[in-house]
Amino acid sequence: MSAEQPAATPVLALHGITKRFGALTANDAIDFALHRGEIVALLGENGAGKTTLMNILFGHYVADEGEVSVASPAGELWPLAQGSPQAALDAGIGMVHQHFTLAENLTGFENIILGREPLFGLARGRRALRSAVEALMMRTGLAARLDVRVAELGVGERQRIEILKALSRRTRILVLDEPTAVLTPQEAEGLFVALRALAQDGLAIVFISHKLDEVLALSQRLVVLRAGRKVADRPTLGADRRLIARLMVGEEIEVERPVPVRPGPVALDFRRVSAGAGRTRLIEATLSLRQGEILGIAGVSGNGQSSLAGLVSGLIPPDSGVMSVLGREGAASPAERRRDGVGRLAEDRHRDGMVGDMTVAENLVLERRCETPFSRLGLLKREAIRDAAQDAIASYDIRCPSPDAPLRLLSGGNIQKLLLARALADAPRLILANQPTRGLDVGATISVHRRLREAAEAGAAVLLISEDLDELFALSHLIAVMHGGRLTAAVDAAGVSAAEIGLAMAGDHSSAFGAAA
Amino acid sequence: MIRFEPRAQPSLWLRIAIPIASALAALLLSIIILALTGAPAGRAIGLLLTGAAGSVFALTETLTRATPLILTGLAAAIAFRSRLWNIGAEGQLYAGALAAVAIGSGAVEGPPWLMMPLVCLAGALAGGLLMLGPALLKAKLSVDEVVTTLLLNFVVLLFVQMMLEGPLKDPMGMGWPQSAPVLDEAVLPKLVTQMRLHAGLIIALLAALIVAFLQRSTVLGFEMRAVGGNASAAGFAGIPVAATLVKTGFISGALAGLAGAGEVAGLKGYLTSDLSPGFGYAGIVVAMLAALEPLAVVPAAIFIAGIFVGADTMSRSLGVSNYFADLVVALSLLSVLVGSLFLRYRLRRVETA
Repeated sequence: MSAEQPAATPVLALHGITKRFGALTANDAIDFALHRGEIVALLGENGAGKTTLMNILFGHYVADEGEVSVASPAGELWPLAQGSPQAALDAGIGMVHQHFTLAENLTGFENIILGREPLFGLARGRRALRSAVEALMMRTGLAARLDVRVAELGVGERQRIEILKALSRRTRILVLDEPTAVLTPQEAEGLFVALRALAQDGLAIVFISHKLDEVLALSQRLVVLRAGRKVADRPTLGADRRLIARLMVGEEIEVERPVPVRPGPVALDFRRVSAGAGRTRLIEATLSLRQGEILGIAGVSGNGQSSLAGLVSGLIPPDSGVMSVLGREGAASPAERRRDGVGRLAEDRHRDGMVGDMTVAENLVLERRCETPFSRLGLLKREAIRDAAQDAIASYDIRCPSPDAPLRLLSGGNIQKLLLARALADAPRLILANQPTRGLDVGATISVHRRLREAAEAGAAVLLISEDLDELFALSHLIAVMHGGRLTAAVDAAGVSAAEIGLAMAGDHSSAFGAAA
Repeated sequence: MIRFEPRAQPSLWLRIAIPIASALAALLLSIIILALTGAPAGRAIGLLLTGAAGSVFALTETLTRATPLILTGLAAAIAFRSRLWNIGAEGQLYAGALAAVAIGSGAVEGPPWLMMPLVCLAGALAGGLLMLGPALLKAKLSVDEVVTTLLLNFVVLLFVQMMLEGPLKDPMGMGWPQSAPVLDEAVLPKLVTQMRLHAGLIIALLAALIVAFLQRSTVLGFEMRAVGGNASAAGFAGIPVAATLVKTGFISGALAGLAGAGEVAGLKGYLTSDLSPGFGYAGIVVAMLAALEPLAVVPAAIFIAGIFVGADTMSRSLGVSNYFADLVVALSLLSVLVGSLFLRYRLRRVETA
């Protein structure tokens, strides 16, 4: 019985799951079992089949072969009706998606209880739900403002609302897709404490992450997918970063280090610059960045980074202070920034980076459409555009059906490689890399990092805005921290620890960064 | 149980077959409704088809009716592609007709060979300028263009009626609210003797080719598609989003204005306030049927025109109300919407547990 042998009682069993999309086999005869109280890390590169597998579990897709079984409360396994998200919810499966699924015009509380408000006795029912949600917040330590519209919340807080929403429905199986991508190390640690406590209570957790340290710290078992097949299913105990990376990629991975710096002329110079509005306002930021340098801006999203990025990419003007970007004083349009030699990667590639219905080739020349050889006298040169696309596809290893395929068909990693190819097209002198590897797998992350390093070596200044400390340490020469719209002075990256940055990210001014400049 | 699953990329034959299947489904549904009214359904559909395409006369009538629909269809297609929701083609058509009549009925003295292009140009310009207002308001102040363009339709129609009762009223018109006729030099030539089909069709077909070329092969078309696809990403990439929307609006309005000029100079010869039986609104249906593809607008417009012309013939012979045409058009729009669902998704049988 389950009380005596909890580990032997699977709450979820996937058997022989196979899913094909045309010629592509996304999942190939995958077996997967999950037990009560267990935390399993599901690993794999983008396109390895993790998302497809989870979509089958949730009824978004129907498997071509194989079946999904879920334990009844009594502990017996029953086949789960495939293709029905409702059945998955009813069986106690909850999911926190990597891309948020919150209604921005509703408050956090309304999002959590969405679809469960009682038809009658609304106020009373809401009060009951309210206390349940607050109790859940207390129990899990996941704090979030419940009465503020989600549109006004930062990404970290939205994430916590997502998790609370998933937990609030008698969930017995919780799937978290990249849950810590937007959290500070301290917040992530807090989340892990909460998840461990939940697992102690019997919750079975599937944890999808690209951050190998977190996987090692949190999970009890590792399941690794590669090219649609399960290549490993082993206890976490005894595994290390290198082993996991090798299992995922199938080859050895070198440890990343910043390249030595050879500073050139000043590319970016801010003196007490303020811009933007609301929560993401940038307040009196001072910074200086020379060509050849990589300056990492650490901080949780929503602390003013988007205003900083907006200034550099030409989306918003400064409203006080003195700023100079590659010699141009003050505001400029996105087109002018590009002409000046600023290569730009948007923070949210789906919103600001890509036109999904246009082709791969068209997206590659989106910024250079007016330039020779891509057009002449207002007429597009299709051949030249296609040739340039072929080159970029080859040199950046963008995996796509053809240059003429709509961009939306590509995976996130390949879209980001394309956007990087676009940003680096004309050997920019300043590169704005805003969360350049958010949601990317190990392989794609390494290739993005290599490109940025090579660009810096070739003399470009890189402004790297990131929440990922591994990334900041792997690339940056200098690191500054943003919190509450203020930017600290930049310090030598070799002289600070992750813990110190984490404290500064949380707004603690007693750290090595001192008070925000 | 049956489930929808997304298709990756629909094949070309599917993209052609599904609209045709949708049109057939619409006709089938119409036959059922005809049968319910007690009319001889088979004969009615036969009459509808011969009425639309059964003789040279029927065919030219269909094409005559299709001429303005092609242009208003293009007006909607090009604007909608950029996500500029121009619902004002009807008003722009009347503005074009008004300008064409003002120029073409003798207000401007010019060499005879110039009159025809001048009248068409005036119509296009008037339609384009009328759409500039809503487009600028949308681009600069985010004013909802659905509201502004829709309401302008009524403003323009009332303005036309005022002009027809006032300054533009034909002194020889025996008191009817109609304009003076356009001069002979400004009249578009007939394409088939004894028939009403006029050179406006050639202009409309050329316009379809030009719009297709513009969208596919020019930088402006590229920018229009980028703005429609994702305005935020287009702006980030340095595309002037507001300017592109304004240009799109002007071109869209000009196409609708051209339709009005063609109706005046090619068909009616003078302007009345019932010049258009809703060509502007029907253009939206045409554009949707054509999935916003400029070249597909031509067959879509001919299909809709054929239904209207054929239904006229049918209702005269059988006494079925010619509102039946509206029913067929509405059913085809619904069928196409369902059809486009099948273009994006496939059905799969799933065994339920």
